[in-house]
Amino acid sequence: MASTGQDTAVRTGPFTRLFIYGILLVFALFYLMPLFVVIANSLKPLGEITGGNMMALPVVWTLEPWRQAWSVAQIGVEPTGLKPYFLNSILMVVPAVAISTVLGALNGYVLTKWSFRGDKIIFGLLLFSCFIPFQIVLIPMATVLGKLGLAGSIPGLILVHVVYGIGFSTLYFRNYYASFPTELVRAAMIDGAGFFRIFWRIMLPVSGPIIVVTVIWQFTNIWNDFLFGASFGGQTQPMTVALNNLVQSSTGVKEYNVHFAGAILAALPTLVVYIVAGRYFVRGLMAGSVKG
Amino acid sequence: MRGYFGRKTAIVAALLASTGIARAEDVEVLHWWTSGGEASALNVLKDDLATKQIGWIDMPVAGGGGEAAMTTLRARVTAGDAPTAVQMLGFDIQDWAAEGQLANLDAVAAEEGWDAVVPVALQAFSKYDGSWVAAPVNVHSTNWVWANKAMMDELGIAQPTNWDEFVAAMQKVKDSGKTALAHGGQPWQEATMFDGVVLSVGGVEFYRKAFIDLDPEALGSDQMVEAFNRMATLRSFVDENFSGRDWNLASAMVINGDAAFQIMGDWAKGEFLKAGKVPGTDFLCFRVPGTQGDVSFNSDQFAMFAQTDPAAQAAQGEMARAIMSPGFQSAFNVVKGSVPARTDVPNDAFDACGKQAMAELAEASANGTLVGSIAHGHANKAAVKNAIYDVVTANFNGEYDAATAAQNLVNAVEAAQ
Amino acid sequence: MANHSSGADFRTRLQEWIPKLVLSPSLAAMLVFVYGFIAFTIFLSFTDSKMLPSYDLVGLENYAKLWNLSSWWVAVVNLFIFASLYIIICTVIGLMLAIFLDQKIRGEGFLRPIYLYPMALSFIVTGTAWKWILDPGIGIENSMHLWGWTSFQFNWIKDRDMAIYTVVIAAVWQTSGFVMAMFLAGLRGIDNEILKAAQIDGASNFSLYRRIVIPLLRPAFLSAFVILAHLAVKSYDLIIALTGGGPGRATELPATFMYSYTFTRNSMGIGAASAVIMLMTIAAIMTPYLYAELKEKT
Repeated sequence: MASTGQDTAVRTGPFTRLFIYGILLVFALFYLMPLFVVIANSLKPLGEITGGNMMALPVVWTLEPWRQAWSVAQIGVEPTGLKPYFLNSILMVVPAVAISTVLGALNGYVLTKWSFRGDKIIFGLLLFSCFIPFQIVLIPMATVLGKLGLAGSIPGLILVHVVYGIGFSTLYFRNYYASFPTELVRAAMIDGAGFFRIFWRIMLPVSGPIIVVTVIWQFTNIWNDFLFGASFGGQTQPMTVALNNLVQSSTGVKEYNVHFAGAILAALPTLVVYIVAGRYFVRGLMAGSVKG
Repeated sequence: MRGYFGRKTAIVAALLASTGIARAEDVEVLHWWTSGGEASALNVLKDDLATKQIGWIDMPVAGGGGEAAMTTLRARVTAGDAPTAVQMLGFDIQDWAAEGQLANLDAVAAEEGWDAVVPVALQAFSKYDGSWVAAPVNVHSTNWVWANKAMMDELGIAQPTNWDEFVAAMQKVKDSGKTALAHGGQPWQEATMFDGVVLSVGGVEFYRKAFIDLDPEALGSDQMVEAFNRMATLRSFVDENFSGRDWNLASAMVINGDAAFQIMGDWAKGEFLKAGKVPGTDFLCFRVPGTQGDVSFNSDQFAMFAQTDPAAQAAQGEMARAIMSPGFQSAFNVVKGSVPARTDVPNDAFDACGKQAMAELAEASANGTLVGSIAHGHANKAAVKNAIYDVVTANFNGEYDAATAAQNLVNAVEAAQ
Repeated sequence: MANHSSGADFRTRLQEWIPKLVLSPSLAAMLVFVYGFIAFTIFLSFTDSKMLPSYDLVGLENYAKLWNLSSWWVAVVNLFIFASLYIIICTVIGLMLAIFLDQKIRGEGFLRPIYLYPMALSFIVTGTAWKWILDPGIGIENSMHLWGWTSFQFNWIKDRDMAIYTVVIAAVWQTSGFVMAMFLAGLRGIDNEILKAAQIDGASNFSLYRRIVIPLLRPAFLSAFVILAHLAVKSYDLIIALTGGGPGRATELPATFMYSYTFTRNSMGIGAASAVIMLMTIAAIMTPYLYAELKEKT
């Protein structure tokens, strides 16, 4: 892959280029539209929204909804805003992403470089696990967590997210490592290097891009999870549950501006991850994960 | 919490220190009053318990009118980690009591004399096998119309007192080019209107026969066809963008003078008050015309889950006592828009609509015209309630006519039982 | 396989076992938390479970009830419409944007995160934004009217027969950028020498892409398909936030159906039966993919 990281060599005429730029811009607008609605309404007083002006820019600009959502709004009986729940999410996401990524890397390494009878079936079993609808695991999972004494705790949530994250992380690493020359691993073995030494010295140093992909994928999914957080979070509810509590009032007054500000605040970490790591993301996908 | 992981969890929780570690004297409360006024109203209860050295561990889960909280509850109970008290509606309380999960509150109830002050229709939900298992917090009622007074005055509409006058009033509004009926097209909102419509057709007698006894004959009767016809009439007065709209935005239409009426439970009052409107001068509240004297209610209650530790039982009893104290009942319901669950609470703190609702509740309770709301799970169990939703919403959205709807109602209710 | 030329001393035997030991925790977790739970669900589907699991068997009754429910049929048909449109449209848009973005575009670094960011947001609140945008009274239709295009009409979300397509729009919005990234990565991996050679032979751009580039992207197509299929089947938040299953029950999907029967209608047996059907469908779609995937390397 001599041309890795470069644009195509295909040449296009000026009219075609104009057309291409036009299409790209139209789609950029399409993708930005909901974000515009969310941000514009988060900067308005509530009266402007319920007054019927939902698509327009604010007439009166205010940051008050953001302050409300972050530190003042009622979340349950405590008027704490979303602030305290941020830490819960971080404490849950960081270990869950780290553990599932490490396990995925090791699994991918074993499945591609230490193949044995039945490894394909094992990979198939792992891959199918990506598709299990989470709604059906709630009740049995609650039983298991209760038995382990992990119900209603962050370690319990970490366990759940790791278990249901292994499938995808293994898929990513396996496909990535499949394109890595097995000869290098064989040579190292003949030199007497052991399993972990090869992983540490040979595989890990080239794994940067796929680690980025896996981390982004896992981080987004785990951060945005609501179902497990609400069911197994107990006293340490993650940010999404708090956001849901903020916005889903069934018979209370709906403060849409505060809801939208809260939504952006809750999504900020994932947004930052996408924007900062976005370029490595494409590079990581490119470097192997899209390979069948 | 058991074992190594349990201890580690406790340490993590302590580090977070936002809520602290559960002690036996604490109560853990699962509820979905998570935002704005309702949540701060609940804070009154928390502060009250704090004066008795009882800690409050908050476990809020909002969504779908308590659906998400009920899912969480199932996970918690399955994990052997039930909260102390759980906000619950109607038949859910009975279902959990039947599972043998709820505590017996008879001692507190006897001491406080609950039997004498709580309407019998509510007791049907708070008691299981003759024993108190839950403490009711409020009574909402659903057969209310909220009206924009300025619009009514402008068009010369008097407060309608029967169904025909109501239809005539809506026609007048429609002719003036405004929307007559503000409505959000979500199944539960349509069912909420259906509560009032059924009462307007056949009164409490028909209501009970059809929706509480689930008598197939009443469900498929001509009166039921008439009820669905009235739903179609209402349908003809809503604007064309009604479907999927949040009820708050429908209320906003009445508040802003874009629509004249909304049929909605008493929680809608909060939207009007929040917008600075005054009952009686800016907006009117009256029963769905033709249902005066009848009240279709739903009641939020705190179901108490059985505890083994005597200290925890004591804290739970105190909490039940505090919920039922007239002071809390008044303070909470003034904010919430509903009325107290006991009929002996002074009405000084309530506004005009609240005072009216309290008087009507006491009257309906005495006359036996207080019925559980179909829409809000106080007439039937969840499976039947949702089956009724399916038919009401399909009919309202024009999938089939009134006669077919009545027939489908009979089948759907039968299949769901 | 490791080549044991130095004889089977303790260390090599250990080395042989380590890979399996490393894999075993993941495998054990899968067997319990995925396949064990699936078995439990299959069991529940044959019981009369209501609010909590029960152990009284009732045979196939739940399946019979399930297929008699018109709302289940609606959900199944909707999933078919939704999943096929969603997968096709995402793939087409993703591929098109990737090809366009690959033409030495200025500002690529600026456009790419714009295309990607929707994947980072949960539908709990972007659902409300979409609901407003699609609402004729306050959204696009209204804006167009205000700008003077009064005959403009876009009221699909209020229409029982069209509402499912608005769900497709919002879903495509969320993931097509991600698919674009996958294709872009595939395109960047193609050796430019091949393209140059073809251009010298006089191939037009269109036939260049059709005959050479797109076939080379086959692995990316497969990966995109797996990810999109899994998202389509699991779509739940989207429906709840956007339409709540309405108008009426017109946009229910099997995932929302299953949740509603298991948890809000207290009919856990029927909910489990619908889950089993869903899992069987997924298995039917996935097995050929897995088979192709695994055969390729042997």
